[in-house]
Amino acid sequence: MGEREPLQEDAIIIEHLKIAFGPKEILKDITFTVKRGEVLVLMGLSGTGKSTTLRAIAGLLKPTSGRVLVNGQSIPDLAPAELETLRRRIGFCFQHGALFDSLTVGENVAFGLREHTKLPEEEIQRIVAEKLSIVDLEGMEHMYPSQLSGGMQKRASFARTIATDPDIVLYDEPTTGLDPIISRVINELILDLQRRLKATSLVITHDLKGAYLIADKILMLHQGLPVFLGTPQEFQTTTDPHVVQFREGEMEGPIRV
Amino acid sequence: MIAFFEAIGRYVISILETIGGCVRLFIETLGFLVRGQWRPSLTIMQMSFLGVNSLMIVLMTTTFAGMVIALQLAHVAVQYGVGKMVGGSAALAMTRELGPMLTAIVVAGRAGSAITAEIGSMKVTEQIDALKMLAVSPTGYLVVPRLLAMLVMVPMLTLFSDISGLIGGSMVAFENAGIPYLVFWDSVRQWTLMSDLTLGLFKSMIFGIQVGIISCYQGLHAGRGAAGVGQATTSSVVISMVVIFITNFILSSIMFQVN
Repeated sequence: MGEREPLQEDAIIIEHLKIAFGPKEILKDITFTVKRGEVLVLMGLSGTGKSTTLRAIAGLLKPTSGRVLVNGQSIPDLAPAELETLRRRIGFCFQHGALFDSLTVGENVAFGLREHTKLPEEEIQRIVAEKLSIVDLEGMEHMYPSQLSGGMQKRASFARTIATDPDIVLYDEPTTGLDPIISRVINELILDLQRRLKATSLVITHDLKGAYLIADKILMLHQGLPVFLGTPQEFQTTTDPHVVQFREGEMEGPIRV
Repeated sequence: MIAFFEAIGRYVISILETIGGCVRLFIETLGFLVRGQWRPSLTIMQMSFLGVNSLMIVLMTTTFAGMVIALQLAHVAVQYGVGKMVGGSAALAMTRELGPMLTAIVVAGRAGSAITAEIGSMKVTEQIDALKMLAVSPTGYLVVPRLLAMLVMVPMLTLFSDISGLIGGSMVAFENAGIPYLVFWDSVRQWTLMSDLTLGLFKSMIFGIQVGIISCYQGLHAGRGAAGVGQATTSSVVISMVVIFITNFILSSIMFQVN
């Protein structure tokens, strides 16, 4: 993987981010910073722009206006080669797994290692087996994604994301659809990456319990605007009507369903 | 009335966008090739999938095409007492036009549609984005091997179709018009030059590149869901065919000018 230059203190800086598809504004004005080693949890109703924010940080979407800085580099201004270099340090865990269906689970997990490292094959096999075993998919290397259940695919995708020990990891609903025990395992793994490698994580989740466990900060979005940014404790005690309604799962309130 | 012109404008813009996008993709692909970044194992796999697996259907179509050409030519030629020309005429038709074109059309229908459907379904299931996030260029990983495979395999298939078309033609010429095999093949040898064959193969190489780029581009720009992939696959085959016909005319008029 070569020598990595040290990450800046502010791993992700978002300033006045706006993203619109034609006349439809998905993100209206988002500003936040994620410090190195921090876990920021993004919450909010479906369709409020959480995934869009993640995709803008990953460089998969170009912002209409505003700034997106990852490790001090402005994502929309990077040349394709520079973006590729930066992405070697970023992991993206897709909502529906996005496993390569023509490759086996083992080849999927080994993909990043084979592409970007010169590790010997035995070492790659060892890492693959290790990552698969921590998501409870031991011995599944030779299965194809289509032979796995949705939850298993998701776990395999998680293993692929963390296989290269990324510095910044973007998780799009990593625990949605998983049973509570595996969800806990995934949450612990997110924390483990943070402790062990000082990884910065951005996690979209609807699981409040999981969010309280892993988050250093929680950002809640509503209709493309931030309505709350604070610690999990503040999230649990705030009287902000948006947060209260979301937290308690009320039908009545400022959030119209 | 304004809506009518708007619709025409949108259509023209979408065509120009597709052309521009394909050219850009081709240049990007060339960049990888120039830097020597081609993936041998993936390329060989694609050669087998796109080329070898298309052989049977290519042989079938072109054999029958050769047969029908000989059938039409043989009757007329025998009536006018120029039965000796049947082999040569059929050979010219096959090597210059029918071989390259029919092969390209069959490949567009069989392999081009498969490329678009595969890449398109990767697009809608976020696998293309996953490739990007794993810092691997979809162009380098998906397009380069497919384009190389097309570049090599379409001319090879064309060579086979030239031969199979003539074999079919010689059989029909013998059975229907009594033209002996020896006379047929002698005429093939007399009438055709090496350049007829090589220029035909050159054309098929161009068709291979076009079908490869168009089908990859359509896959990478597939819309949402299964419907998006279906639409992209249809467009890929339709656009490929139109482009093949137009290019064929242009190339033929440059290469085979009547002096």
